[in-house]
Amino acid sequence: MGFPILSVTIFIPLLAGLIILLFGRQRQSWIRPIALVASSLVLLLTLILWASYSIEQAGYQFIEYIPWLPDLGISYHLGVDGIGIAMLVLTGLVVFTGVLVSWNIENRPNEFFSYLMFLATSVLGVFSSLDLFLLFFFLELAVFPKYLMIVIWGSPKTRNYGGMKLTLYLFIGSVLALIGALAIYQASPERTFDLLLLENAGFSPEMQRIWFPFVFLGFAILGGIFPFHSWAPDGHVAAPTAISMLLAGVEMKVGVFAALRVGIMLLPEGAKHWATWILVLATINVVYGAFIAMIQKDFKYVIGFSSVSHMGLVLIGFASLNYDGLLGAGLQMFSHGVMTALFFSIVGMVYDRTHTRDIASLGGLYKIMPWATIGFIIGGLVSMGMPGLSGFIAEIPIYMGVWRVAPIVAIISVISIVVTAAYILLVVRKVFFGDLPQEFEGKIKDITIKDKIAIGVLSLFMIVIGLVPGLMVPLIETGVNHILVILGGA
Amino acid sequence: MENNLLFYILILPTLAAILVVLLPTTSKKIIRWTAFGASLIPFLLSILLWFQFDRTQPGFQFEVQIPWFTAIGSSFHFGIDGISLPMVLLSTILTPLAILASYNIKDQVKAYMALFLFLETGVLGVFISLDLLVFFLFWEIGLIPMYFLINQWGGAKRNYAALKFILITMAGSLGLLLSIQIVGLTIGSFDMDKIYELWPGLSEANFQKVIPLGLSLSAVKTIAFWAFVLAFAIKVPVWPVHTWLPDAHTEAPTAGSMILAGVLLKLGAYGFIRFVIPLFPVEANRYAGALAALATAAIIFGALAAFAQKDLKRLVAYSSINHMGFVVLGIAAAAYAWQSTDQGIITSATIALNGSILQMFNHGLTSAGMFFLVGVVYDRTHTRQLDELGGLWAILPRYGAIFVFTAMAALGLPGLNGFVSEFLVVRGAWHIFPLATALSMIGLFLTGVYILKAIAGVLHGPRNDLWIAIPEINTREVWVIAPLMVLMLWIGVWPASMLNLINHAVNFFF
Amino acid sequence: MGPNMITNFDLFAIIPEILILILIVIVMVVDVFRKKIENNNIISWITFIGLTFIILITALFLFPGDEMDYAWGGMIRVDAASFTFRLIVLVGAAITTLFSMYHQEVNNKGEYFAMLLVSVIGMSMMAASSNLIMLYLAIETTAIPLYVLVGFLTKNNFSVESGLKYFLFGALTSAVLLYGFSLLYGFSGSTHFAEILVAIEASKIPTGLLFFILLLTVVGFGAKISGFPFHFWAPDAYQGAPTPIAGYLSTASKAIGFIVIMRFMVSIFSSEPQSWTLLLAIIATASMFVGNLLALVQKNIKRLFAYSSIAHAGYILIGVASGTTLGFKASMYYLLAYLFTNLAIFGVIHIVEKSTGSNEIDAFKGLMKRNPGLALVFLIAVLSLAGIPPFGGFISKVLVFMAAIDANLIWLLIIGIINSIIALYYYLTVLRITFTDSEEIESQAVYYGWKLALAVCVLGIIVFGVIFSPWLNWLEVASTNLMLFH
Repeated sequence: MGFPILSVTIFIPLLAGLIILLFGRQRQSWIRPIALVASSLVLLLTLILWASYSIEQAGYQFIEYIPWLPDLGISYHLGVDGIGIAMLVLTGLVVFTGVLVSWNIENRPNEFFSYLMFLATSVLGVFSSLDLFLLFFFLELAVFPKYLMIVIWGSPKTRNYGGMKLTLYLFIGSVLALIGALAIYQASPERTFDLLLLENAGFSPEMQRIWFPFVFLGFAILGGIFPFHSWAPDGHVAAPTAISMLLAGVEMKVGVFAALRVGIMLLPEGAKHWATWILVLATINVVYGAFIAMIQKDFKYVIGFSSVSHMGLVLIGFASLNYDGLLGAGLQMFSHGVMTALFFSIVGMVYDRTHTRDIASLGGLYKIMPWATIGFIIGGLVSMGMPGLSGFIAEIPIYMGVWRVAPIVAIISVISIVVTAAYILLVVRKVFFGDLPQEFEGKIKDITIKDKIAIGVLSLFMIVIGLVPGLMVPLIETGVNHILVILGGA
Repeated sequence: MENNLLFYILILPTLAAILVVLLPTTSKKIIRWTAFGASLIPFLLSILLWFQFDRTQPGFQFEVQIPWFTAIGSSFHFGIDGISLPMVLLSTILTPLAILASYNIKDQVKAYMALFLFLETGVLGVFISLDLLVFFLFWEIGLIPMYFLINQWGGAKRNYAALKFILITMAGSLGLLLSIQIVGLTIGSFDMDKIYELWPGLSEANFQKVIPLGLSLSAVKTIAFWAFVLAFAIKVPVWPVHTWLPDAHTEAPTAGSMILAGVLLKLGAYGFIRFVIPLFPVEANRYAGALAALATAAIIFGALAAFAQKDLKRLVAYSSINHMGFVVLGIAAAAYAWQSTDQGIITSATIALNGSILQMFNHGLTSAGMFFLVGVVYDRTHTRQLDELGGLWAILPRYGAIFVFTAMAALGLPGLNGFVSEFLVVRGAWHIFPLATALSMIGLFLTGVYILKAIAGVLHGPRNDLWIAIPEINTREVWVIAPLMVLMLWIGVWPASMLNLINHAVNFFF
Repeated sequence: MGPNMITNFDLFAIIPEILILILIVIVMVVDVFRKKIENNNIISWITFIGLTFIILITALFLFPGDEMDYAWGGMIRVDAASFTFRLIVLVGAAITTLFSMYHQEVNNKGEYFAMLLVSVIGMSMMAASSNLIMLYLAIETTAIPLYVLVGFLTKNNFSVESGLKYFLFGALTSAVLLYGFSLLYGFSGSTHFAEILVAIEASKIPTGLLFFILLLTVVGFGAKISGFPFHFWAPDAYQGAPTPIAGYLSTASKAIGFIVIMRFMVSIFSSEPQSWTLLLAIIATASMFVGNLLALVQKNIKRLFAYSSIAHAGYILIGVASGTTLGFKASMYYLLAYLFTNLAIFGVIHIVEKSTGSNEIDAFKGLMKRNPGLALVFLIAVLSLAGIPPFGGFISKVLVFMAAIDANLIWLLIIGIINSIIALYYYLTVLRITFTDSEEIESQAVYYGWKLALAVCVLGIIVFGVIFSPWLNWLEVASTNLMLFH
């Protein structure tokens, strides 16, 4: 089995979180360094995973296997393919920058950072699981840290509502998926939860058609599929900055990733049967999300709805069930994750200083925080799919993929590009340029070095992938090819 | 070195921009001079390119191909031929001049210079791309620096103008994007070599297999044709999708207008020549007449609108529409003749297209010059209203002479560059679209009218005492306009230097 | 074996009960002689140590493994199931003892612990009963001490009132039960489960009457497990009783109710599983909904968790209602995990109650700030109740749901899931109050005894959430043997 790099990566944050929780009260000065070290280690490990993943060999690598409950077919089974690695790297990035951006939290820091670490473990675990039960295990681990973090550190007026709404919706989604997963277990000839075995289980088409919606929809709710997306804007806006970054940047990807792994890969016939419906809903996501974003008055809500729109593109890519679509979807999962983390971090920086997110009351921030402005502009460009950045690299294959299947979707979705451009440019102009309102003069300061590092790292990834897609494409391809085999064979 | 020359020309401005960004903010002088100096290098390299280019060879030279997004069949494929070489030259000439013209910008100089340099890479990329997706990449990228240039350093209505500019252009590009995707999907690659080779012969069956649109291939081609046309037409701009131009040109800072009118508009025309005609010959032929009609409308309405303006800069802006109309007329003629067998038509079309391309180059020079001169006056008087200016000849004699010279070139005075290109277009288009051409000549007449009005408004007439003490045109400003004037004269008197190159390329075209 | 011969096996079978009897005597004797000072915990410690000793003996030496046999002339059945539940009761009592320390009104009184121990004996016998008379005797042996314990806080009117309510309700349901038993005896001619089964299979009892008997017995047992509509005693009893007793009731007493149901249904009504499975499924549904929906509106935390308890009875019933080995196994696992979870919950409530003097939900405000360790224990327990990994409650729920799928009770599954979602709402709300909303309240010192109890509970919750293989294997044996009745 070799060095259990996946387990180590997953559990470092848990360990760090426990240490912070148990000892943080007495030793306040240890809290942030421990969190930073843990998250840097995780990031480093994920990058090492990326570098050591063998593209020629493809398939699932870094496998770890320990039987847990053999009678029920449950095992501690970890492994990643290309798409999984991309997601792990994304998580590492977002957690790392999240810690940096949250450095100055004053209120109960030991709990804050420890819950953040627990969330990280949960997410890393889901991406690495090759056992359905284990996947749910890790998934549900995140429920309470999410809720508590929103409710304790979120924005005062909306945190109770936003936190409860988000948690309940996500719980409902995961429970729906659980029903489907149990059905899969039930129907599998070996009565197992093991994903690799289940991929070859040969479920009957009828069974797949019935249960696919449960699994896919359940997980897609976590990804923000219309019409069960309304938790996302409310929840993300209510959450504190680092949590918004994690929620929108990574958790939503957990949802669609699981939808892919469990829905599409285990029940391919079901996927083919329901693909049209998914396309319809996803297209609504894309267009509706963009239009609603345009009319928002709250800065953070614009970003929140923008996420809904972009996740729609991922779902479109999935639903085309072909090479281009899946490739684009995988790339978009990464690109959007980084982009939205960047957006939310900057929104947080603005809010920390101005204590408002009302677009009409902001202005002229470029003079005070130029780095944040540039970062936001880069994020905005990625969001509109500007060529040269990772957003374009992700969106082009998605469009090409859907052309082959449902050209009308491509034509409709493309509208969102212009709408996105409109609201991004308007927000940028209003918030960052123009005149600085009187009350902020002389009172707000630039962002800290750590903030700048966070912005820099995130922007760098988006630019580099945009210019040299060859860095990430072969990785995602390995996963895509495997999925195509499953789709073609079944 | 030789083979990578194009790549260097492309990438140097970006590197220069990054260098500028890293310079300390405080020393504006260093920033300006660094930017200017750095922008001269691509210019020198493109001169080198000019001399090394073998005009007798068909096809593209100095090709560079770097793998980019191999998964979908797109690569950084660059190359140059006789049609794009003048454009590259134009871009690399105008950028240093524009930078030099911007020395009086005081606000956030670093960002300004960096944006200009990024913009240069953007436009160069469009002209030298031999890959559809990369073409689109640079097409879109160029929008962003221009947006910010207008938005940050522009005039009073800059917010509105910048937003209108970018949104209308992007909206137009949507259809372009979709059509490019269709083409790329059906061919399996975005590389122009493959596309030129396979696209004409694409069978209905092959197409339907790939894209289940439910429409026939010819219907799709027509739609794609119009999508391409729309996107490029917005850029040129062709009447009636020109509405963004007056605001954008007027509100942009002086140098911004120079590049906008001088180079950006040519992107659209270039797109017509490089992509629309070769990819959609049947449709181009079918609708050439419509295009010619629109061109004529641009010529006439542009001139009339220019005449009606009270704001000098806006007048010049409308003049762009007027001049670009000729470009489109020539393109329309070429479109008509693309697959014709009639030698006479081909000859005429060749002449017309020659004229178009030359007009692109010329207009770049003259409009940049005109905008610059408007800027010179504005810097001193802070007004662009014709009724407030006037009688400046006596106060600024040198400026006056320069102004008249440039205006004459814009008007199409024989002996200067404008005449040659407009003549060629008219001569060539006459055979193919006599009615349109006839009407266009009325437009020519009107051109004279508004140019003279401009001159009169600025230089002649009663002197406004406010302006008695304004300084004469200074050395730096002269340095900006002088190269343009030299070129205007050069091409006017010895057009063959440029035409030779263009002619060969156009001949290969047909 | 002859009717009047007491074999070694018989004695062997009830060693724990004998030991408990001895302990009771010790406790009563020490009570007479000890100093009557405040907070003298000597009795509680003795009880606790005694119980621990008994637990160890039972666990280490008395595991019957795969064997199953009758003892005492067919009165009780010695098998893995009765072993398991006996352990549940013992552990529950031990932890309750720990929580009862430092609680002035109770730990001074030896009777309290004696009553507790007597109820332990009763419950153990209930778990092992295979004879109607034995069963009824055991039920009463359990119930009477419990009535007393619930109303133990004599100075508190509400406590006395709830004790009385519980007594009345219990007496009524016991009477109904007895009537059902008498009918069974009358028509089958025997009080022994196996012989009754033979009689039923020989159609000695008309079907309609059988169903009526089923209803009667369900009334009685339903009250024990606090299932709807026999749950009405629970909220008041839990609220009025000393909090550790509430915890004991909600876990050990409930567990015993379940094993009785399982044994009874499997042995006596095994020929017509459809009748009781459907009935139990309906009761499960009603319990879940009533429990969860009413919990949503509670302001008193003990009542909230009383209703939560009712809902959980519903979940456990899902496992029983599926009528398969997997189902029973799931229910047993649930009860094991639930033991630790609910004891921890009521333990924390008890401690908070001591410092704030109130058991409204608001007493928990900002607990995290004043007593983080306590809040974390509470968090773990509540999350386990909500069914979140890595805690025992998650595994339990999954098992129960799997049992439902296995038995094709998809509708029941969906109801269970809907209810989990409803429950999450109030669990999260309670947690939110605990973790935010700080108030200036004194923090309560957590004594060693309490710490021990809480630690054991948390350990239990986590172990049952993560390392569940050994328990499941053991329970597999238990449930299989349970089904193999004859």
